[in-house]
Amino acid sequence: MSDQYHHQKIDGQKLTNKAKNVPNNPLSAALIRTALKDAWLKLDPRKMITSPVMFIVYVGMIVVFLLVIDPNLFGSTKVGRDYNLAVFLVLLATVVFANFAEAVAEGRGRAQAASLRKTKTETMAHLVLKDGTIKAVPSSTLKKGDIVRVREGELIPADGEIIEGLASIDESAITGESAPVIKEAGGDFSSVTGGTRVISDEILVQVTAGQGESFLDKMIALVEGAVREKSPNEIALTTLLAVLSLIFLVVVTTLVPISRYLGVAIDIATLIALLVSLIPTTIGALLSAIGIAGMDRVTQFNVLAMSGKAVEASGDIDTLVLDKTGTITYGNRMAYEFIPVGGAQQKDLIDAAYLASLYDETPEGRSIVDLARKKGAHIDEAYVSGAEGIDFSAETRTSGTRFQDGTVYLKGAVDAIVNKLTANGKRVPGDLQASTERIAKEGGTPLAVLKGETLLGLIYLKDTVKEGLKERFAELRAMGIRTIMLTGDNPLTAATIAQEAGVDDYVAEAKPEDKICVIKEEQARGRRVAMTGDGTNDAPALAQADVGLAMNSGTMAAKEAANMIDLDSDPTKLLSVIGIGKQLLMTRGALTTFSIANDIAKYFAIIPAMFMLAMPELKMLNIMQLATPQSAILSALIFNALIIPALIPIAIRGVRYRPTSPDRLLARNVAIYGVGGIIIPFVGIKLIDLILHGLFGV
Amino acid sequence: MIDLLMIIVFVLLVTVFMIAIGTYMYRIFFFTEAPFDRLFLPVERVIYRLSDIDEDASMNWKTYAASLVVTNFIMMALMYLVLRLQAYLPLNPAGIPNMPPALAYNTATSFITNTNWQAYSGEVAMSYLAQMLSIIYPMFTSAATGIVAAVAMVRGLTGKSPLIGNFFVDLVRTIIRLLLPLSFLVALILVAEGAVMTLKPYVAVTTFDGTVQTIPRGPVAAYESIKHIGTNGGGFFGANAAHPFENPSPITNLIHMLSMMLIPSSLIYMLGLVLKKKKQAWVLAGAVWFIFLSMFATVYISERLGVPALTAAGITGGNMEGKEVRFGIAASSLFTTVTTAATTGSVNNMHESLTPLGGFVPIAQMMLNNVFGGVGAGLMNILLYVLLAVFLTGLMIGRTPEIFGKKIETHEMKMMAIALLTHPFIILVPTALALALPGPVQSILNPGSHGLSEVLYAYDSGAANNGSAFAGLDADTVFYNTTIGTVMMLGRFISIIALLSLAGSMGGKVATEGNVVSLRTDTPFFGAIYVVVVLIIGALAFFPVLALGPIGEQLVMWFH
Repeated sequence: MSDQYHHQKIDGQKLTNKAKNVPNNPLSAALIRTALKDAWLKLDPRKMITSPVMFIVYVGMIVVFLLVIDPNLFGSTKVGRDYNLAVFLVLLATVVFANFAEAVAEGRGRAQAASLRKTKTETMAHLVLKDGTIKAVPSSTLKKGDIVRVREGELIPADGEIIEGLASIDESAITGESAPVIKEAGGDFSSVTGGTRVISDEILVQVTAGQGESFLDKMIALVEGAVREKSPNEIALTTLLAVLSLIFLVVVTTLVPISRYLGVAIDIATLIALLVSLIPTTIGALLSAIGIAGMDRVTQFNVLAMSGKAVEASGDIDTLVLDKTGTITYGNRMAYEFIPVGGAQQKDLIDAAYLASLYDETPEGRSIVDLARKKGAHIDEAYVSGAEGIDFSAETRTSGTRFQDGTVYLKGAVDAIVNKLTANGKRVPGDLQASTERIAKEGGTPLAVLKGETLLGLIYLKDTVKEGLKERFAELRAMGIRTIMLTGDNPLTAATIAQEAGVDDYVAEAKPEDKICVIKEEQARGRRVAMTGDGTNDAPALAQADVGLAMNSGTMAAKEAANMIDLDSDPTKLLSVIGIGKQLLMTRGALTTFSIANDIAKYFAIIPAMFMLAMPELKMLNIMQLATPQSAILSALIFNALIIPALIPIAIRGVRYRPTSPDRLLARNVAIYGVGGIIIPFVGIKLIDLILHGLFGV
Repeated sequence: MIDLLMIIVFVLLVTVFMIAIGTYMYRIFFFTEAPFDRLFLPVERVIYRLSDIDEDASMNWKTYAASLVVTNFIMMALMYLVLRLQAYLPLNPAGIPNMPPALAYNTATSFITNTNWQAYSGEVAMSYLAQMLSIIYPMFTSAATGIVAAVAMVRGLTGKSPLIGNFFVDLVRTIIRLLLPLSFLVALILVAEGAVMTLKPYVAVTTFDGTVQTIPRGPVAAYESIKHIGTNGGGFFGANAAHPFENPSPITNLIHMLSMMLIPSSLIYMLGLVLKKKKQAWVLAGAVWFIFLSMFATVYISERLGVPALTAAGITGGNMEGKEVRFGIAASSLFTTVTTAATTGSVNNMHESLTPLGGFVPIAQMMLNNVFGGVGAGLMNILLYVLLAVFLTGLMIGRTPEIFGKKIETHEMKMMAIALLTHPFIILVPTALALALPGPVQSILNPGSHGLSEVLYAYDSGAANNGSAFAGLDADTVFYNTTIGTVMMLGRFISIIALLSLAGSMGGKVATEGNVVSLRTDTPFFGAIYVVVVLIIGALAFFPVLALGPIGEQLVMWFH
């Protein structure tokens, strides 16, 4: 979905959005085998009762089962045992298919949980006692507030904050990312997670989470679906489905005396068949699978959502509040342009800038080399050999390269270079001033390039907007979502970047506490706000936002305040999460619409079939020309059952989603799931009827 | 051709009045200053002072609903007592005895719920005092109750506060500024057209063949105007709007129909003005007109086609059974459509005598209960289905569904569920009960499907607070009086309370500004979605019983 976003972080860790913890094949044979078994285990009535719609089917199934044993149980009837058996089997299939859908969704989460649980091995922790001595204890006995020492090669026994020392830590167990990260006491990079490994140095960690409540524990519980609570929209939808079911229960129950008045006796199995066909079983069967799968898709993006509510809320976002640095821009300045001054040749400037940056390993230096190469810099290999780098120092504020022939190439802050020239009594080109000012005005940083004693020109360093972001923001705008950029830059710089990135609004010279103000202001206008953050001072804003995505590299405070955590610490992932949230809600809406639209065809199948014997003229309503009453009823019921497994892939994957305007989305989904929902069952029921009648002679 | 012209003129006239009265109602309920304040304010102030009403106090939904329900129950108790004790009370020159309990209960509930189901015969069952206190008085208050409930719901859905207005102030303003002046105007026109308006006793005339006939008369025009403006429907005479004194000319027939459509349609326009989106009003009105005109076409064509057996016997010109010759098929079909769309319940032809498919139309419109609907209750039901349509389709754009910028969440859905469930429940369960019990079955006149339609129509009419009768069914029994009475009460107050609760909780929500992200409800596309949702959700519950009743009967008639 968004592999185009990867960027260099300060510590040089390469990050990608690729899911690491997920089994390769989403619907593997093993998964389906387990799910098939679970589908039967879920027939336990205590589990069935959680879905009101499926519970009605379940009860109906039991009643029909009794009728299989004794067809005359509720009064004598002409209906045979084989018909009751057929109805029973289809009802059983309906229930099992529904359970299967849920089991498949759960199974995928469980596979992820299993790989996480491997990390959660019992280790010995080195507890630092009050008197400073160290005692080895099992990690499971650690309490909040304990201090432990962790050395190179050891697993960190519990979640905590580094209170002393600095270490590089392998967090691949959680993030799937193999490159180590640097964590140190104090500041925003001090939190460590239990189950990750220290690969250099030694740290003292204060435990912040007791047994069973660690980050890893939460994560396992979340992906497993163990703590799944119904989200608000899911509850609202369940209410609607329940009331529709209740209405049809009234319809079917009252149909008995009403038809008896007309001299028609309807058998119980047929009534239950009508009821089950009419209640929204399709969405009722798939609802929980959709929810679990939505959470699962978020997890596949290596984002940990603390609740289904958070995923849903991300679909509702109206405003994104984004930091400029690190989120919209790469956060480090990159070479953008070479501007010669004093009549120097562009080519000479490019070569000089290249040579001056040969030994500069900073991202800035690398970007100068890249840009120079792209612009056709040419250097002589022989000339370079034996050259040595001049390191940057706070005193000189320049860096460069000294070659064997004695020539020095320098680059650095403009005033430092100018001072150096004037001190030596050299001339400063007259047009330097103007170019410097232009760059500063546009929000860039100028670096002067010196070859020997000659100032050749300027390197224009610019904070670059991440590739593809502009298009992403345009998509968001089409969906009606506004983006607000927050930056500490001056208004001019902020305006330049804002325009370049295509954000809708920006706040310049923003202080960290301004974030929460912007969020509250937006919320006061009824908008739902999402933001990302990692620092401790982001925590209040993360908590205030409707969706707060904390970076895993951030502080514990930020992570606890947020309702989502990105294990890859990539702030742009928020955009993908919004898409997943929307897809989740869309899937629910689409399948609900489909389910209800199906009822029209089912009525036209079942109602004439029920009353054709008593009122032969009602056969005019049999517009599908179904062969016999029994075949019509069974066809509707079988269609109703088969549509569940047929839609499992859509429930698990989500309906196809492309960011576009709400009107278009609606038109498309109404056409597919609404109009399709009306037409498809007519075709499906007719086909099943042809098979039943043609092959089995029903 | 002339029939087509009639319907076009009718739609245009309704639209013109809708804009005028809708704008006027917008000013009455949503502004501190309204037209004719100089005239009305002093009167209102006196009433507020006498009844100790703080006119500036806005109520939350609970207080609003409680005030509404308690006020209505007090009025109903008064009406019941008058009916039960009329023999001992003044203004009873004919010496009419007390009404039996079940009939009194039925009559009191019928008029307090804006239903006007009449299981009694006015001339022999009611004193003048009872006519005034139990009929004309609630014709104003029940209509006003419906209107203010709808206004309060609109305030909640569109406003910025969980406070949804003051019930008593709304009620007083509705009666004084809207219902009384309108009724007065319409009554004048009716008198000018020949409707009877007198307080003198019945006249005895000698007919051509020398016999003496007593011709009943009375303050008919005054009664007729509020009967239709308030979508009440109870007739002064047994023949209701088919009677020449109630409905003397084609002009009065048109005025009756326009009166019925007046407030239900104006409330839709008022909603558009409140939202500052007239397009919203046009979309909803268009959607409702679509259903209305389809229904009209059904009954009109079905009556034109008539009965095959009669056609075979050489009687052409469609089905004229039960119709006034002076109105003919077109005006009768339109009246039938109007009176059951706006759930008034007055009739200018006998619905039982309609062809089965023609009879299907009033039954179906009362089942939907939102084809314009009664005063106030209609808009509330329209909004209920708008909310439902938004909930179903809103999810498909990937957001928690929003109406007018506000999210539809669990509480709202629960209240919608209650309102949605009530209607089919109180129609189907008592119908089934009546058909299952030997006693109530005795009341049915016709056998088979038509008999089913008689019972179904009675409960449908009660639940929709319509009040028209299919005829045929002898409904003045203890069973029907109590069950239909209870159905009318449940049909009226459960949905009002549930939807006011919904309005209160919506009122407390902040609306999203500049909602480009949300589903737009003011597009023709949404209008189409609304129609489909109304037809699918509203009708799905009734398809089996309709198939067995009118649809089955029609098929038998055609293909037997």
